[in-house]
Amino acid sequence: MSEHSTYETLRHFADSWGLLVMVILFAGLVAWPFRPGAKKRNRDAAEVIFRDEDNGE
Amino acid sequence: MFNFTQQHKKLERSVTLLGSFAFVAVVIGSLVEIAPLFWIDNTIEEVDGMRPYTPLEQAGRDIYVREGCYSCHSQMIRPFRDEVERYGHYSLAAESMYDHPFQWGSKRTGPDLARVGGRYSDEWHVQHLIDPRSVVPESIMPPYSFLADTDLEPADPSAHLVALRRVGVPYTDRDIELAEDDMKAQANPDLDDNDLLTRYPKSQIRDFDGDPSRLTEMDALVAYLQMLGTLVDVNSVAAQEELAAEKGR
Amino acid sequence: MEAVLGRVGMWFGITLLAIIAIALAQDTGFAASMTVVAVVAFGFLIATTARFDPMARVQGLFRMPTDPSRYDDDPVRWGIIATVFWGVVGFSAGLFIALQMAFPALNLDSQFTTFGRLRPLHTSAVIFAFGGNALIATSYYVVQRTCRARLAFPALARFVFWGYQMFIVLAAVGYIYGVTQSKEYAEPEWFVDIWLTIVWVAYFIVFVGTLARRTEPHIYVANWFYLSFIITIAMLHIINNLAMPVSIVGSRSYPMFAGVQDALVQWWYGHNAVAFFLTVPFLAMMYYFVPKQANRPIYSYRLSILHFWSLIFLYIWAGPHHLHYTALPDWAQTLGMVFSVVLWMPSWGGMINGLMTLNGAWDKVRTDPIIRMMVVALAFYGMATFEGPMLSIKAVNSLSHYTEWGIGHVHSGALGWNGMITFAAVYFLVPRLWKRERLYSLRMINWHFWLATLGIVFYASSMWVAGLTQGLMWREYGPDGYLVNSFVESVAAMHPLYVLRAFGGFLYLCGGSLMVFNVWKTIKGELREEAPMTGAPYDPAKDRPIVAVPAE
Repeated sequence: MSEHSTYETLRHFADSWGLLVMVILFAGLVAWPFRPGAKKRNRDAAEVIFRDEDNGE
Repeated sequence: MFNFTQQHKKLERSVTLLGSFAFVAVVIGSLVEIAPLFWIDNTIEEVDGMRPYTPLEQAGRDIYVREGCYSCHSQMIRPFRDEVERYGHYSLAAESMYDHPFQWGSKRTGPDLARVGGRYSDEWHVQHLIDPRSVVPESIMPPYSFLADTDLEPADPSAHLVALRRVGVPYTDRDIELAEDDMKAQANPDLDDNDLLTRYPKSQIRDFDGDPSRLTEMDALVAYLQMLGTLVDVNSVAAQEELAAEKGR
Repeated sequence: MEAVLGRVGMWFGITLLAIIAIALAQDTGFAASMTVVAVVAFGFLIATTARFDPMARVQGLFRMPTDPSRYDDDPVRWGIIATVFWGVVGFSAGLFIALQMAFPALNLDSQFTTFGRLRPLHTSAVIFAFGGNALIATSYYVVQRTCRARLAFPALARFVFWGYQMFIVLAAVGYIYGVTQSKEYAEPEWFVDIWLTIVWVAYFIVFVGTLARRTEPHIYVANWFYLSFIITIAMLHIINNLAMPVSIVGSRSYPMFAGVQDALVQWWYGHNAVAFFLTVPFLAMMYYFVPKQANRPIYSYRLSILHFWSLIFLYIWAGPHHLHYTALPDWAQTLGMVFSVVLWMPSWGGMINGLMTLNGAWDKVRTDPIIRMMVVALAFYGMATFEGPMLSIKAVNSLSHYTEWGIGHVHSGALGWNGMITFAAVYFLVPRLWKRERLYSLRMINWHFWLATLGIVFYASSMWVAGLTQGLMWREYGPDGYLVNSFVESVAAMHPLYVLRAFGGFLYLCGGSLMVFNVWKTIKGELREEAPMTGAPYDPAKDRPIVAVPAE
């Protein structure tokens, strides 16, 4: 396979299936933290820094 | 869904997993961008005229690096009409194939130097380096008069060539053996040049700093500046073919 | 006794090795660096044999609290002192080289003070010394609080701090002697790089060790940012600095890669130094200190998760935008441009997350100068991360590249974002670390804030004008079809703008000096008598509706 056709093949893949996989993966990853089940844990996690008001004394 | 959530929880609670995933995230982009360059490198054929630097030019290049010249001078002419008219033919990838490290630069406080070789006389360069404002009144370049007073005496010139050969520059055993002699001979036409011109075609042999009695850092730096961009005949057929192979520029 | 003997032996050995290295040195730069090593090792040797504890003396000088606390804050205190100290050093170096560009006589006709040698001194001092110490100190502070665990490996944690200072000093001494491998923001030569690698691995062990012994099940998001910073910087540092030394007793080395490959590896490193040194861990600071100072949780924790993964995944691709229209293959340039533009989204997501944390407490911007610093830091972060993607578009870049616009861009990010968020963190931490009731003076923070902001305005606007002027002058054609300007005419046109820029830097340095004073007084335990910042007294005469007055 010549250098040029390797480039064309990869380019073709990147423009079709590669792109599709990336888009689906991206949408999935964006939706992930917003799933309803995570609500409580996220709120808890955000409060972690306030549970230690005495500054370690 | 429950299972998926559990997996996610695990990720947020395990240092190893979090660290590994973060590492994977940054490795993907790095590999996709950098790896092909090493493989595509084979397509960058050696252009006619490209050769490793002579020991004197390399010593000048080391001074160029040492003084941080790249902070203000680029060595990369972009393919725009104004740049080509101002600095010369745009730079080819192959022209920096022996550059460890590359000196493309990122800022032009001063002009591009990729093809400065042969544009000015040695005397101009020496005077300009000693006192830039004596030749260019508006210049803001620092003076480098100490170069003319400092003997060029790297502890072992051949060691530099050996190190360069280890990272891929094709110096021959003879080049390495003669490194010190070559360095002296290039700045002094009276010395035996040991077929320097055959091993390093187009190398310029003369006293560069106007003081034939000693070999100074000024000799080396001017020798380097005077060879920049002079090796490849960019209008030759081979170079034009190389250009066609460099896609999309 | 045996332990003392062992340590004496070790320091003696190191001193001896360094002296041998000085004797064999191939260049003065290497000899100078080894002299630093020898002096430091000899100092430790004397201190160990004399059983003299210099640390106790300096800890007294800096009034370090000695009562045991739940957390190991000693390295954090040292880190804050180092941050403040190196900050002023770095700003001064920047002001000096800015003045050199306006008045070249300031190069002083000496090889040790040329712009070329001092420029890496400035960049390394502000990025690695000021920024790096702020990151090490705040990461130690934050990881302990959010994990509710003491630092793992306390001795190693101290080695990281002092070893890092040694890295800074070795790099700085080298620059003065022209020891550089010319890779921007990775200038130190091979022996300093190896030392930094050792320090960095120790840092990784301390940080991960502390995470591992946490008593809080969840790893707070700030630690994600710190962790990815430590891992990625290790990767970038090692790969970009692969080089072949000429001699093991000389400073010069030749990088493994050449030409195109070297350029791409360097700017992959260079841009990700911006990403993973100057953005990711500073966002970690934002995710801890902004909620703490505002006393309300981060606006959206979900957004922070999204922010983290998208930012680290996208940033690593952006490097090639530093090489537009060069001999780098076109596909790599385009890839770099696309990812840079996409990066705008997660960057602004993070900024919005930080700013919206203040939702419902916006009055604090008026009354609390620390919050105000944070808000302005985020505003500059937003501006810089909009400007960055714009500059990475090839058409824009063809004008802006190689000009002062780039300098203006990095400084609006560095002075505005990194500087301001670090100042805010320092002001947050100092009273807590030294167990003081409050800072010496809040009004001085206000002065610092305005001096710094005004300094940035002078800096950024003059460099924008300078960059556009250069870009346009270089490509200006006359009706005759020839280039209008010689290069040196564009240099001459820069002079007033360089003066304005230096003035901006001067203001910024003044602000930094006020911080030194304020921090010093706070450490001494003094409180300045001053009117409270909240003063907006009620004036009944002004409390009336505006009545339209008919024109005469």
